[in-house]
Amino acid sequence: MNEEQELRVKRIENGTVIDHITAGQALNVLKILGIPDSSQGVVSVLLNSPGKFGIKDVVKIEKRELNVREVDRIALIAPNATINIIRNFNVSQKKKVHIPIFVEGVVRCVNPNCISNSNEPVTSKFNVSVDGCLRLRCTYCGRFISEDIAKHLL
Amino acid sequence: MIDIILETAEGMEPIALGKQKSDLLSGKVLAVLFFEPSTRTRMSFETAMYRLGGDVLNLGSIDASSIAKGETLADTIRVVDGYADAIVLRHPKEGAALLASEFSTVPILNAGDGAGHHPTQTLLDLYTIKRESHLEGLRIALAGDLKYGRTVHSLCYALSLYGADITLISPMELRMPEEIIKDLEKRGAKVTETNSIENAINEVDVLYMTRIQKERFLDPTEYERVANKLKITPELLTNVKSELKILHPLPRVNEIHTGVDETAHACYFRQAFYGVPVRMALLALVLGAIEV
Repeated sequence: MNEEQELRVKRIENGTVIDHITAGQALNVLKILGIPDSSQGVVSVLLNSPGKFGIKDVVKIEKRELNVREVDRIALIAPNATINIIRNFNVSQKKKVHIPIFVEGVVRCVNPNCISNSNEPVTSKFNVSVDGCLRLRCTYCGRFISEDIAKHLL
Repeated sequence: MIDIILETAEGMEPIALGKQKSDLLSGKVLAVLFFEPSTRTRMSFETAMYRLGGDVLNLGSIDASSIAKGETLADTIRVVDGYADAIVLRHPKEGAALLASEFSTVPILNAGDGAGHHPTQTLLDLYTIKRESHLEGLRIALAGDLKYGRTVHSLCYALSLYGADITLISPMELRMPEEIIKDLEKRGAKVTETNSIENAINEVDVLYMTRIQKERFLDPTEYERVANKLKITPELLTNVKSELKILHPLPRVNEIHTGVDETAHACYFRQAFYGVPVRMALLALVLGAIEV
């Protein structure tokens, strides 16, 4: 980020910066991370920020480092996101998200008659494939979700 | 595995017909949990168990059970798991059988889960084709409600394993889902589509009819038009292959004229019977009475 942008969102001492989030998906990233409920530090959200490859969203979370599972979930809605772990104002780790092959408890099945949408003590489970586009297949009923995945986040 | 089940079923036929006695499953208990009615499937499972000397525990009416009090399927399964050696489950929700298997220590046999799967029906359909026609090099036409009919979806996938040449006959609004057609083609099946039985019936070895459900149509006259077009009559059979077999998962409404019943082509009542040896084979295999 350049100096002008830093004036808008200041640098963080420790935590995570999620960069290159698909524009418009930042609030869904927060939803996946359970923010604000699960975060003690300040969370900054930058929407429609100009980047090298067009507009993007950025999320900065103070005092929290994301685990692999959380990063995998973010990949479902922002496959080009990068995760920067910040320690003492420096980027100590930088990595791209990876699309997981299986997700559990992240997305609700679109099929109202799927057993995972009833009051049974189970969480939703999906196999993930990338065949041109990202497709989630419900393990229980076999129904696919390939559009508007963010709309179905739990 | 499919071939093993079909071969085992063939060996079970004399017992299914009551010509031979068997105590293969003596001492074993099968719990029959039907959360929605299905007379043929339930009765054929029960017959299969009795013919093999086993016992059946029936859940009975849902209204008179703890399910009516709001018990989850998971809890029902955990309880019945302690009473029986295997559970047959019929449930209106898709994925119910898979969920049940996650909470059960005994085998779960899926007897239909909503619009999802009905695998034992597929196995008995395959068995019927094997017994009455042939699975290798098969030319088959599937007619009727191909959009919502789970039996034809599963059967198509199974047939693709045998490289079948599949003709799909349906009105436009009840076409086989595109995704399934693509899957079948990827698996090497040759698939063609038409909306007329006359276009396909003379070329095929097997014609698999399904019921067109009236409730799928907003306009009753549209239903009548379609339903009457996809109907097998004795006149339609004039130029068909002499070995043509007509199958139907039953119940039928008016898609097969009763005049067809007496022809050598009619196979649907034997098909219903074949559910017994197939389910006997499945029970014997999952309960370990026959080792693979």
